[in-house]
Amino acid sequence: MSDVKSILMVGVGGQGTILAGKILSMGLMAAGYDVKMSEVHGMAQRGGSVSNQVRFGSKVFSPIIGKGHADILVAFETMEAMRWLEYLKPNGKVVVNDYQIPSGPILIGNCDYPEHLLDELKKKADTTVIQAGEIAAKIGNTRTMNLVLLGALVKGMQLTHIDFEAEIERNVKPATLPLNLTAFRFGMDAVK
Amino acid sequence: MKKLLTGNEAVAQGAWEAGVTYASAYPGTPGTEILENIAEFKADIIAEWAPNEKVALETAIGASIIGARSLSAMKMVGVNVAADPLFSLAYSGVNGGMVLVSADDPGCHSSQNEQDNRNYAKFAKIAMVEPSDSQEAKDMVKTALEISEQFDTPVLMRITTRICHSKSIVEVGPRQEVAKKIYVRNVQKYDLVPATARKRRVAVEERMKKLMAFTETTELNRIEWNDKKIGIVTSGVSYQYAQEVFGVAASYLKLGFTYPLPIEKIRSFAAEVETLYVIEELDPYLEEQIKAAGISCVGKEKIPMIGELTPDIVSIALTGEQIPFVAPDLSLVVGRPPLLCAGCPHRGFFYELSKIKNLMVTGDIGCYSLGGNEPLNAKDTCICMGASVSMGHGVQKILDRIGDPTRTVAVIGDSTFFHSGMTSLLHVAYNRSNTVTCIMDNRITGMTGHQENPGTGFTLQGMPTKAADIPSIVHALGIEAVRVVNPLDLKEVREALTWALSLDEPSVIITRWPCVLKKHSEQDRTEFGNYQGKCRVDETKCIGCKMCIKTGCPALRFDKSVKKVGIDTAQCVGCKVCLQVCPVKAISKVGE
Repeated sequence: MSDVKSILMVGVGGQGTILAGKILSMGLMAAGYDVKMSEVHGMAQRGGSVSNQVRFGSKVFSPIIGKGHADILVAFETMEAMRWLEYLKPNGKVVVNDYQIPSGPILIGNCDYPEHLLDELKKKADTTVIQAGEIAAKIGNTRTMNLVLLGALVKGMQLTHIDFEAEIERNVKPATLPLNLTAFRFGMDAVK
Repeated sequence: MKKLLTGNEAVAQGAWEAGVTYASAYPGTPGTEILENIAEFKADIIAEWAPNEKVALETAIGASIIGARSLSAMKMVGVNVAADPLFSLAYSGVNGGMVLVSADDPGCHSSQNEQDNRNYAKFAKIAMVEPSDSQEAKDMVKTALEISEQFDTPVLMRITTRICHSKSIVEVGPRQEVAKKIYVRNVQKYDLVPATARKRRVAVEERMKKLMAFTETTELNRIEWNDKKIGIVTSGVSYQYAQEVFGVAASYLKLGFTYPLPIEKIRSFAAEVETLYVIEELDPYLEEQIKAAGISCVGKEKIPMIGELTPDIVSIALTGEQIPFVAPDLSLVVGRPPLLCAGCPHRGFFYELSKIKNLMVTGDIGCYSLGGNEPLNAKDTCICMGASVSMGHGVQKILDRIGDPTRTVAVIGDSTFFHSGMTSLLHVAYNRSNTVTCIMDNRITGMTGHQENPGTGFTLQGMPTKAADIPSIVHALGIEAVRVVNPLDLKEVREALTWALSLDEPSVIITRWPCVLKKHSEQDRTEFGNYQGKCRVDETKCIGCKMCIKTGCPALRFDKSVKKVGIDTAQCVGCKVCLQVCPVKAISKVGE
């Protein structure tokens, strides 16, 4: 039986899912795992739905997963959690950011942002809601939301023994390092 | 040393390690980052953006013939543009080793079709390799260059989105310098006039025989024996999916050298297994050749030929098993199409264009292809690079002939204009149609992530250079009616469109304003100044008419509860397009 774990991070272009995935993957590699990470570029900068998959274990083959394969789904935006939910294993975990970014059809008034998403997610899967927007704002920069969610993910996947802080240091600008480290730690604390 | 690299980064690393000294490309997803990463090796490799893929390949052919190892990279549709030199290169052969990397996009993540470029190797009669992960991508560049030199063939390296944009662990090494080969004038090889071409045609078939022997023995095509009930022939990323689904429950013939195919190796592998599956994305490329050799196998009758494969698509197709998953409530999900960014200089132009009746708008490849989406809806077609201008001409000629007063407006970006719009515009000037060609010059190649181009004033490796002047080019092509406008000034755009549509001759409108995401150069700062800021809505004035919403700016949102518009200050850059469309002047720029 394969020991490979699969992580799916989803969000909206510009939310920093790719950087979070990079830090996660580099930390896992440094810890001795075989790692593959997959991302789709192209339209990402223009506010489209984006996903980033990280798989690790003793030997990883496929860089991407299909329906029912994710051990954890981390959604940087609330509605994206529901969009990608079918990729989750029945006993998998959802970490969802209580943060809404209206998409094009909502902005132009063709439809409303869906209601009761968090309640419906909780009914369907083991769901932890993170107020990453609030936490990041409190720290002083909403752009650190991705590091808050990375912290939550690391705790949720029980990967706290790996030195991700060293990878954060390697991947962010020195000036933003203290903020990013605080965001990461707050994210870990947000998951029980 | 081990590094976590994407396939694109690995190809670049492989090119450097294998002694490549010249590389050229035109940007295109999913392969853009190959040249961007090669460009980092400034001391060892000359890396250049070409105006289009044909030029990119031809410059690499030149470098090869004079004796250097060279590489050219492009997305799959780019190979169509470069097909002309490619098919002749197959005849001339190489001097220094030469690799053409084709980055295919199954599933059309960022493309207008999903052609399977493995067919090009067979069509052009050249060798092909297909890596399955980043380590192989790096290693195979070197192997491909050796094959190229040994057999006097260009080598097509075919990779796909999931190879290009997936990271996996790669053992990296030092650069191995390869001395430039001596060039000796050889018209019997490199000067493909008909008499030479007929002789080289024979050489191509002789080379094919040698490659057919090579493919049977190369380690690039390897067997992994496990259970023999199922045998799987596969290549590229599909190998990973096959392993994921079957693991040790099947044996594998993993093909890394996929043209010509090792038919005898496949035959003996097939003889030892009970059922032979061929697992491949897109076309039945392997399957058809295997079946033509009289070897029975199961392939596209079960595995889809449309779109990307995934492990579960392979699993459902061949084992009938769908593992359990959490069913989403899709009634709670709204689509999230990509949008023109807040502050995008294309928005104002498309907004004005969308208001004009009796227009056909032919579009092109780039961010401005989003101008056809809601709520702007200002585009009718998108076929390929440069087609807006030439298609617009064809449309207008027919409309004129039948007496239909509809007018055509062609919309093309700066980089796309340099790529293949210039020849189209020459056709318009030469054959006289009164189409309006709009060149959306946002001072960078936007959609692929900000690459320099002949108009930006810088090369790929950061050298200042002569910036091509679009108005001068347009004049030189034979267009006399030319206007340059600021696309953020709606009145200026409106007047230019009215003017152009009143003319009975071909005209060009150039919108010149930098992409909102562009890092400004010194010249940009001088020309455009620091215009960015924030706009705000005076709620006491807003009447909730939603006129501003019709510009499709993602920073604007309509609050139904109070029937007012608000601005997301995190996104707004103060371009003032919304301010100009507000009928009650409820929007202003902070500080003005």
